[in-house]
Amino acid sequence: MSANHPIELLRFNTCGSVDDGKSTLIGRLLYDSKSIMEDQMEALERSADITGGGQINLANLTDGLRAEREQGITIDVAYRYFATPRRKFIVADTPGHVQYTRNMVTGASTANLSIVLVDARMGVIEQTRRHTYIAALLGIPHLVIAVNKMDLVDWSEARFTEIRDEIEGFLPKLSSFKDVKFIPISALNGDNVVEPSKHTPWYVGPSLLGHLETVHIASDWNLSALRFPVQWVNRPNNPTNKELHDFRGLSGQIASGIVKVGQKVMVLPSGMKSTVKEIWTFDGSLPEAFCPQSVTLQLAHDLDISRGDMIVGLEGLPGMGTDLHARVSWMNQRPLQRGKKYFLKHSTQTVQAMVTALESRIDIQTYDELPEPAELAMNDIGVIRLKTAKPLIYDGYGINRLTGAFILVEQGTNATIAAGMLYPALEAVKPEYNDFAI
Amino acid sequence: MSSYHLDHLQYLETEAIHIMREVAAEFERPALLFSGGKDSICLLRLAEKAFRPSDIPMPFLNVETGHEFPELIEFRDRRAKQLGAKLIVRSVDEGIAKGFVTPTPGQISRNQLQIPVLLNAIEEFRFDCAIGGARRDEEKARAKERFFSFRDAFGQWDPKNQRPEIWNLYNARLNQGENMRVFPLSNWTEMDVWEYIRQEKLEVPNIYFSHTRDVFRRAGQWLPVPPPHTDSTKPDPFAGGRPKPNEPIQSMVCRVRTIADMISTGMIDSPATTVDDIIGEVAAARVTERGTRADDRASEAAMEDRKKAGYF
Repeated sequence: MSANHPIELLRFNTCGSVDDGKSTLIGRLLYDSKSIMEDQMEALERSADITGGGQINLANLTDGLRAEREQGITIDVAYRYFATPRRKFIVADTPGHVQYTRNMVTGASTANLSIVLVDARMGVIEQTRRHTYIAALLGIPHLVIAVNKMDLVDWSEARFTEIRDEIEGFLPKLSSFKDVKFIPISALNGDNVVEPSKHTPWYVGPSLLGHLETVHIASDWNLSALRFPVQWVNRPNNPTNKELHDFRGLSGQIASGIVKVGQKVMVLPSGMKSTVKEIWTFDGSLPEAFCPQSVTLQLAHDLDISRGDMIVGLEGLPGMGTDLHARVSWMNQRPLQRGKKYFLKHSTQTVQAMVTALESRIDIQTYDELPEPAELAMNDIGVIRLKTAKPLIYDGYGINRLTGAFILVEQGTNATIAAGMLYPALEAVKPEYNDFAI
Repeated sequence: MSSYHLDHLQYLETEAIHIMREVAAEFERPALLFSGGKDSICLLRLAEKAFRPSDIPMPFLNVETGHEFPELIEFRDRRAKQLGAKLIVRSVDEGIAKGFVTPTPGQISRNQLQIPVLLNAIEEFRFDCAIGGARRDEEKARAKERFFSFRDAFGQWDPKNQRPEIWNLYNARLNQGENMRVFPLSNWTEMDVWEYIRQEKLEVPNIYFSHTRDVFRRAGQWLPVPPPHTDSTKPDPFAGGRPKPNEPIQSMVCRVRTIADMISTGMIDSPATTVDDIIGEVAAARVTERGTRADDRASEAAMEDRKKAGYF
């Protein structure tokens, strides 16, 4: 592989219900892109002799755990890696059955693209609507509806169109995708997966891999307003080296925007202003840096800044406050209840939070909001209000996937029990300090 | 393509640096597992990128089986010293002497025996987190790992009860006695590791490059002939790992692709003498890296079982 042109990385996840052929599809992508090695093939052949009556089962490549092989299901998110000369791919294989929806949220939260599999025979089922909804909820920019097992409906264009029309009928309610692609495939036989299929002369469009290689992802990162959550204060405190002794760095990963040397910035929640003196990295200082680079900033003034603070540009200020309004995906056996306290982790800070209201639960079938539920159960998605012990500095999730997201952690067990997506604040920060720090 | 764009190695790097800094910020007593192998060599560079110009805020820890390649030990010690880090070494032999490790009769490999030694070291130093260089592409059970892998008070991994890991919001909260394993290289492939070694011009132990060595054939692998047993006052540490009369010794131009210890690392027939050569071999490889590891070939679920017991 030549290093002459940069290789882009695309992260995608696959979802569908049990037996939609997700694992088979990933197996097919790996197999046809020659990413399966001989010893893996041997292991597959061995298991084929034992359990498969001699048929090689591509699903065994991803169903890694013993329990999965025994039950023939995928019980957790499995990550796979493959590359073509154009792109590298990280695949999260996320299971479809109802009780493991939390894993789909896990696998999809960092994805650029979601592939929702639909069994051509079954058509659109509850799981299809659920997975499409979650992909939209998580703000995944690109969606692919792969209509699988087309061989079992005689490659019927009418059936494909019927499924596409039904999905296009409810997509406007979700309205968050940059692009949506429908592709008729047979994962088992490889039709339209890597190579175009002879069986679908009526389909004009790329194969699935062709689409994955070319879909435009360069603008998926947010490069508008600067958000730099301070992650770790970098103070060498070296008594023998004057320069190092005075070094006061603020290390973190840029969550959005671009930072430049000389740029005026504001530190929140204090509202103090300063200018960027240096963008320090191990490989030397930079004139500018951008999302999602990890850097260490030195400011012109020695301000009291710690983990959990956020450095922002003066244009496009974020929201700040203790009253939050959010959609949550609930992931625990014990339901979410009003009045309960949780730990809330947002960017680089963890605060205590109390649920003050359950506004609605979302019906996955109709996408309707059902008002004032008594609780949210495992796999429910709902709209809630929270009060935090300290103010958060945040954006709406629709604008910024990193500063608009949080998790809830149960006190006592420390289990991660919810993924939260914030609505934008009603008004932006109004800092009390207007002068630069002295 | 815009200039505000990261290529895949830069993306993997910034993801890993972010994870390293989360560890430093969220845990009280973290350690970094450093064996001298290629993956942990990358971890050290990422630690430099995450924490410089400060010191790397955690000691390095290595668990020896007692069957290590001498070249690896030499490299490990030298590299830790270069970086000014504290290196803690604990060994299976020590564990046997102190009585908390009991070898299985007839079992030559000490891979399993590293588990109690690691858990003991975690307890001895009260580490609440250990950073490791494991990658999801290595093995099927590892493909299901989180970046932050929660372990109970017995060091066990429960694959059915993992914490959902959403966005880059890692839940690092622990109760007394529990600990975390953290894998910043989770999303890296073998190719990414070598491309990163090339990009960063990192030194690796010379056994990764082609050399001439005495080997013998066992269970489909070319195993290195261990160094001679010189101290007759002690039992031969390589007993069982030496060639039998029906396993003829031959000289071979070879190298390692992955390093366990001398008893479980198969040598590969290779003329690769540079990192570029190795990258060429990885690109053309038709078997996985772990295909040369006797410890993983034990069964389809060998890694899954070891991880559940506390392996990293």
